[in-house]
Amino acid sequence: MSEATSRDDEPAITFYRLQACPYCERVARTLGELGLEYRSRFVEPLHSRRDVVKRVAGVRTVPVIVDDETGVTMAESPNIVDYLESTYGDGPPTGSAAADRATAETGGDD
Amino acid sequence: MPEFDVVELGPADHLEPGETAPDFTRPLVTDEFWEDRSLAELVDGRTVLVFTPMIGSFVAKYVWSELAERGWLERGERIVGVTASTPYGVSRFLDENDLPVEVFADPTNEVADDYGIAHDLDGMAGVSEPRLAFVALDADRSIETVWVADEWPEFPDYDEVETEFGLD
Repeated sequence: MSEATSRDDEPAITFYRLQACPYCERVARTLGELGLEYRSRFVEPLHSRRDVVKRVAGVRTVPVIVDDETGVTMAESPNIVDYLESTYGDGPPTGSAAADRATAETGGDD
Repeated sequence: MPEFDVVELGPADHLEPGETAPDFTRPLVTDEFWEDRSLAELVDGRTVLVFTPMIGSFVAKYVWSELAERGWLERGERIVGVTASTPYGVSRFLDENDLPVEVFADPTNEVADDYGIAHDLDGMAGVSEPRLAFVALDADRSIETVWVADEWPEFPDYDEVETEFGLD
């Protein structure tokens, strides 16, 4: 059972998510709005059963994305949305006031 | 006369060796997460599909324990399960039983139906699950060997299956 995030013809972005988690849905909506291909890996509600997320991102919260295109692994939905918009859309570049504000709002993810 | 009934399932209308195993996409579950995968992209060498009754049944538990004990999960062949349970149920089962195996979660049992090995359960309206079955595929998804239960429950002679499937 490989955890390698790359397979031939696979999307670059792997999205660790929890069913019905609003923070995850926010990231899903952003991915959709930007027309990005991604694959979803659903994890368990129990944090103790999220070793894969811990290994990949160092945290037990979701959402987490792994972007093979840029080598970025990121947790916390505001950071992820900001990253996606600044990398693939016309969103604010990181370091902007909006990004700082987004960072300050982190910590509420599932 | 035995005082219990083993249910005759009759001959399965399953696929024969030489045919190509139908492709399908379902959540492929490990003890940690699940993601949509297709059989076609999964099969890149010799693969054995293990269809079991739903998670929670003693049949599923016995079969996976037996296969793990016999070392099926550490062989060159890729062993992949298919069952009619939710991803949550499958993931918990794999975690609780320390099973390092991937299992397709197919709650609607359409895959087993496609393979001709679906079994509608008496007394559980609207619930169908796979018969116990082993299907060996080559790298091109061509079926090499098939074993399907004809009774319920029926367990195979594992030694014979290993010989027939070239797993010994």
